[in-house]
Amino acid sequence: MLKDITLGQYYQVDSPIHRLDPRTKLIGTMVYIVTLFLYRNLTIYLIALLFLAMVIKSSKVPLSFILRGLKAIVILLFITALFNLFLTPGEPIVSFWKFHLTKEGISNAFFLCVRLIFLIIGSSLMTLTTTPNQLTDALESLLGPLKKIKVPVHEIAMMMSIALRFIPILMEETDKIMKAQMARGAEFDSGKLMKKVKALIPLLVPLFISAFRRANDLAMAMEARCYQGGEGRTKMKPLHYGMRDGLAFLIICIYLTAAVVLGKYFALPLLFFLG
Amino acid sequence: MPIIINHLNCIYEAGTVREVKALKDINLVIPDGQFIGLIGHTGSGKSSLIQHLNGLAKPTEGEIYFNGEDINDPDFDKKKLRSQVGLVFQYPEHQLFEVDVFSDVCFGPKNMGLSKKETQLRAYEALKMVGMEDEYFYQSPFDLSGGQKRRAAIAGVIAMKPKVLILDEPTAGLDPKGREEILNLIKSLHEQMEITVILVSHSMDDVADYVERIIVMNQGEVFLDDTPKEVFSHQEELEQIGLTVPTVTDVMRRCGKLGLSVDEQVTTLADAKKELLGLYRQKK
Repeated sequence: MLKDITLGQYYQVDSPIHRLDPRTKLIGTMVYIVTLFLYRNLTIYLIALLFLAMVIKSSKVPLSFILRGLKAIVILLFITALFNLFLTPGEPIVSFWKFHLTKEGISNAFFLCVRLIFLIIGSSLMTLTTTPNQLTDALESLLGPLKKIKVPVHEIAMMMSIALRFIPILMEETDKIMKAQMARGAEFDSGKLMKKVKALIPLLVPLFISAFRRANDLAMAMEARCYQGGEGRTKMKPLHYGMRDGLAFLIICIYLTAAVVLGKYFALPLLFFLG
Repeated sequence: MPIIINHLNCIYEAGTVREVKALKDINLVIPDGQFIGLIGHTGSGKSSLIQHLNGLAKPTEGEIYFNGEDINDPDFDKKKLRSQVGLVFQYPEHQLFEVDVFSDVCFGPKNMGLSKKETQLRAYEALKMVGMEDEYFYQSPFDLSGGQKRRAAIAGVIAMKPKVLILDEPTAGLDPKGREEILNLIKSLHEQMEITVILVSHSMDDVADYVERIIVMNQGEVFLDDTPKEVFSHQEELEQIGLTVPTVTDVMRRCGKLGLSVDEQVTTLADAKKELLGLYRQKK
């Protein structure tokens, strides 16, 4: 169950995408996310799909592994779709009792779901191909200019990297504690809602305690190595843009242009078949 | 209640680059009342194996029979199995969560659906059995010392009165005194409750004094399965897979190499002492 969450997990394999500079990937992901929200028509999602397919193909991460990340949001998608389908005011197609299935509802539901799915796939693709350390390095480097206006960029990046680093650890810990409590007869997947919530206490209490213990240990270990923030700190592996990144930026630019231009002038409406 | 493991295979993350064959064709019979040491290096599959024994992990292939019934049969009562095959995880004190020690120990029996009276009786018995003094019963488990926390956690499993008790590295992170106390406790549990005990460890020194059978695991396979004496006679093979014979056996073997006429098969400290004292008296 817990293994289904792929967001924030690194998939170790050697591919062109993995070797890209993390800053390129971060910028690329942002461009991609922005394009998802540009227009509400089919064209842009077809282009995004094409772009996504190309990146997935060259990342060598199995598609099934990426799609597993969607399992976690299936319920969210379902509820989103349901609410939008029936509660959007507009031109009704089918009606019963207080609910009206409207044209606007279909279009709302479709676009919201597609956006969510594309968003999750795109961002999990980035974390699957970039180690948390690279990612925060990229963030620190890209946010660098903000240091001038006294934004603690290094500290923010460090906090993020620690948080990301701890996701798999805490996940494993959860799994372990869950198993330990199940060995004592606890049940996490059966019973009514109240019972289920109550069953979480034996899981959450040890988990929080362990998280605090780990935080304490980590702080101690960092201080023991004279960590005192970003001032004057150098990097063991400074980031460098390569030829590869130039090519990637070119592709991203082409994608962005295609999305903006085609999305505007060759807009395929979702509901053209509905008239 | 004997456990029979038949051609057990377990593969994690099958079909991905991270595919791991954790267990490869394991065949074992664990009869009633045995005290078994399960030894292996980190990643040898010992933890995977024990999680299969009480149904926490599902085998990819093969069956496990508990008392003649296949535990992965959909009709099999897993909850009952878990109360009969008690599993104490590594660092069991990390699972404590209640406001006081006593209520924490009650968690297991309560989940079994026992009456309040029976639950409390069992918790009391279990705490007494692990040698916990009354004054600690109503303290927060988080205020106890490391060794005491571990005792409390072990009591939490014993309170379910399992027929088979499995302990995963029960001595990890304890000082030598705490280690010995826990091992002696396990030994006395084995004797008093007349149960099967499987002690998982990576250290031969932990188990040599206590167990009657040693199962050595290596890379997901059963490497050796015999009495301690027999297992320790394979010193070179053991060293090849990164394990050692107990320190006592090693010392006695070195004595033998120096030309002293001692029994090199000795596995316990008490026997070694007897041997060496005997030799000393002879020399006199």
